[in-house]
Amino acid sequence: MTTIDRVVGAGVDRIDGPAKVRGTAPYAYEQDPGEPIAHLAVVQSTVNRGRVTRLDPARAEAMTGVLTVLTPDNAPRLAEGLASDLPVLQSLDVAYQGQVVAAVVAETSEIARAAVGAVLVEYAAEEPDVVLSADRQDLYAPEQVNAGFATDSIIGDVDQALGAAAVTVDATYETPTQHNNPIEMHTSMARWDGDSLTMWDANQGPHTIVNDLAKGFGLDRGQVRVISPYVGGAFGSKAFTHPNQMLAAMAARVVARTVVFELSRQQMFSLVGHRTPTIQRVRLGADADGRLTAISHEVVEHTARIMEFAEQTATPTRLMYAAENRRTTHRLARLDVPPPTIMRAPGETPGMFALESAMDELAAALGMDPIELRIRNEPAQDPERHVPWSSRHLVECLRTGAERFGWAGRDLRPRKRTEGRWLVGTGVASATYPTRRRRAQCRISVDGRGRYTVEIDGSDIGTGAWTALSQIAADALATDLGSIELHIGDSRLPRAGGAGGSTGLASWGSAIVLTARDLRRRLDDEYGGQLPADGVSVDGGVEGEGPHAKTHSMHAFGAHLVEVRVDQDTGEVRVPRATSVYDGGTIVNAKTARSQFLGGFSMGVSMALHEESLIDPRLGHYVNHDLAGYHVATNADIGELDISWLDEPDELANELGLKGIGEIGITGAAAAVANAYWHATGLRVRDLPITPDKYFRELDLA
Amino acid sequence: MDTEITLRVDGAAHPLTVDTRTTLLDALRERLRNTSPKKGCDHGQCGACTVLLDGRRVNSCLVLAVTVGDAEVTTSDGLAADGQPHRLHRSFVEYDAFQCGYCTPGQVCSAMGVLAEARAGWPSAVTGDLDDADVDLTDAEIRERMSGNLCRCAAYANIVPAVAAVAQAEGVRR
Repeated sequence: MTTIDRVVGAGVDRIDGPAKVRGTAPYAYEQDPGEPIAHLAVVQSTVNRGRVTRLDPARAEAMTGVLTVLTPDNAPRLAEGLASDLPVLQSLDVAYQGQVVAAVVAETSEIARAAVGAVLVEYAAEEPDVVLSADRQDLYAPEQVNAGFATDSIIGDVDQALGAAAVTVDATYETPTQHNNPIEMHTSMARWDGDSLTMWDANQGPHTIVNDLAKGFGLDRGQVRVISPYVGGAFGSKAFTHPNQMLAAMAARVVARTVVFELSRQQMFSLVGHRTPTIQRVRLGADADGRLTAISHEVVEHTARIMEFAEQTATPTRLMYAAENRRTTHRLARLDVPPPTIMRAPGETPGMFALESAMDELAAALGMDPIELRIRNEPAQDPERHVPWSSRHLVECLRTGAERFGWAGRDLRPRKRTEGRWLVGTGVASATYPTRRRRAQCRISVDGRGRYTVEIDGSDIGTGAWTALSQIAADALATDLGSIELHIGDSRLPRAGGAGGSTGLASWGSAIVLTARDLRRRLDDEYGGQLPADGVSVDGGVEGEGPHAKTHSMHAFGAHLVEVRVDQDTGEVRVPRATSVYDGGTIVNAKTARSQFLGGFSMGVSMALHEESLIDPRLGHYVNHDLAGYHVATNADIGELDISWLDEPDELANELGLKGIGEIGITGAAAAVANAYWHATGLRVRDLPITPDKYFRELDLA
Repeated sequence: MDTEITLRVDGAAHPLTVDTRTTLLDALRERLRNTSPKKGCDHGQCGACTVLLDGRRVNSCLVLAVTVGDAEVTTSDGLAADGQPHRLHRSFVEYDAFQCGYCTPGQVCSAMGVLAEARAGWPSAVTGDLDDADVDLTDAEIRERMSGNLCRCAAYANIVPAVAAVAQAEGVRR
């Protein structure tokens, strides 16, 4: 066999790239179902809590081109046992504003949308309860928080240690409601053939959607096929089934035609989840040398009346720094809001904003360099699980970042640098995200000519999985990239977990490596190393977490160093440059990995400066529910980004030594911006986003 | 109400009957099944639907199909002459100037517009001297001029060099 260079690590161009730049890669809406498509549009509740008292579809039904109007009266019944936001059109009760109360199916999208306005709905409504505060009397402790973490973690005596500490910080940080807003709106196109359902759908894992459709419609999983080869961004909102999939399938069954439901941008604010707002009180106690003696991180956040989702906001605080006395808690208020869900790095994103801001405040109180403070509190092992790290290179990230950024010689004092109207400052924050592996099955076949087919129900939501998995397969099979044909994004393929929790390459990649190893062993053992003329096929996979997950603490780490400029006359905030250094284990594709890192960081800048969903406390709706009102970073908002990583595979994490990198970039990023903002202005804005008006608000308070 | 029109798209003429409420974007995507331009907001806020109308970039969701008349509509797919990728296509792939790829055909059409506008000396909000007949398409100019196209994956830091490399290759002042 000829020697073949490894392609893992190389910056290979995306194999799906040429089709995507031309616009010919078919996303959910763009698939060809083989017959004319009917269009679905929805009537949404205008109240937050109550009941539909009158629903008259007659005028809509009479419009030319309308095929049907689905209401709770005539919609197909769904089976019990679904997540509580999925039984759409099953009752007249309303639990959040924007809930679907009727759906129109029509020949064209224009007719469907026009008919929505002709459906008459009246409600008996109660006052909406939508405002989160830390002093609500109805806050409760959930049984656990997202991803199976304990609600509270209490070690030692935090209050006693805080009382005895030489230096303390006690500050409350707030993050607003945020919406995932992938640019491809959620879209589901359903077609029934007898009792078999095919759905072309925008999601992060076809098998997840199959499970809910099969359960809801009383089908075997084999009767449902979900196809999602290309997905236009997701960031968590496409991880779970939402009402859109149920509705499209329901409507297609009723009209006996292919039906497509493409949400409007406005509907993206109520039907597919959001990140909860958080109110986070952080208290730190340290000795005069900056050694932490106490860490307390108490989180208040919301969930929906009909469904509990508890963001694991304080969980990164359980592992970032050493301290003998530790407390992390989560409390929820059940509000009349749409169900929240996961959004890029749920937990770490809001939690690291608070913790890393508080660390900066502590450094300022101590008169200590904030990088040095973090290094001084580096834990030798996981400070709460009391197990060793599989690998942890946070200190190297901070030190390398300091060197690349030009941190040395920085004046610790704030508001000391001006350039014309601009106040200039620099800030730092750490980043972290857990390393996990999920169950994944895989099939690899080879034909007599040495062409390999790799089949696994993974997803590429923009991560680069199409390319990175092909690279992994090429190396594992000791062949070249051109000999690999990869199939992902289809529930007919061997089952795997969705794209989420930065687990994709750890799970799907490990499954491919192990299955490839089996295939090569079989070729050697049974065929003397020769390819049989009619080929061979092998099934394999991984069961879930590897053997070291119980005995070691596994996380990716990173450091962000940021320059911020603030216009003294307008309060405008700019981020002209930033350096990020990551400890992400093996990097499979240098090009797409860099994109994951810089995209995550840029989303963190967006969170720091722009993103905020505003809910009207009286009328209970998201006021700024479009992309003109909900600001996300644009091209001009992002400056020069210096992205790099340490070349440190994590040998204990998985077959590839990688840590998962899709989410870590956003963690800590907003804190780095806020810390640099403080260094520029001397003003501490603790409630995101840091909009221009807050400069003058803080100036007045100072 | 329905009206008969002929849309000239990517070099081919398409006679069709449209509802007068139909946008150019929906006519392309739902009627002609040309799904190169994408729908990201349907309100002119995201730029994913950007196409060229007689060479000028427009949000096709804000153009009614019945108003297009004889104008030539060019999508990102239509920039690929004889099946060969356009220089911008190659540059976007080389610089990894996208992730999920959904906003990308709009970004590519917008970049075509930026190059033409810079050549024509059109100033932007960051142009220093508005009277200057020439524009230097600096990185800051590219950032500003590409800001009508949102990318939620935030590939911005790669879009800038991808566009700059093409500007360089085509002799646009930098």
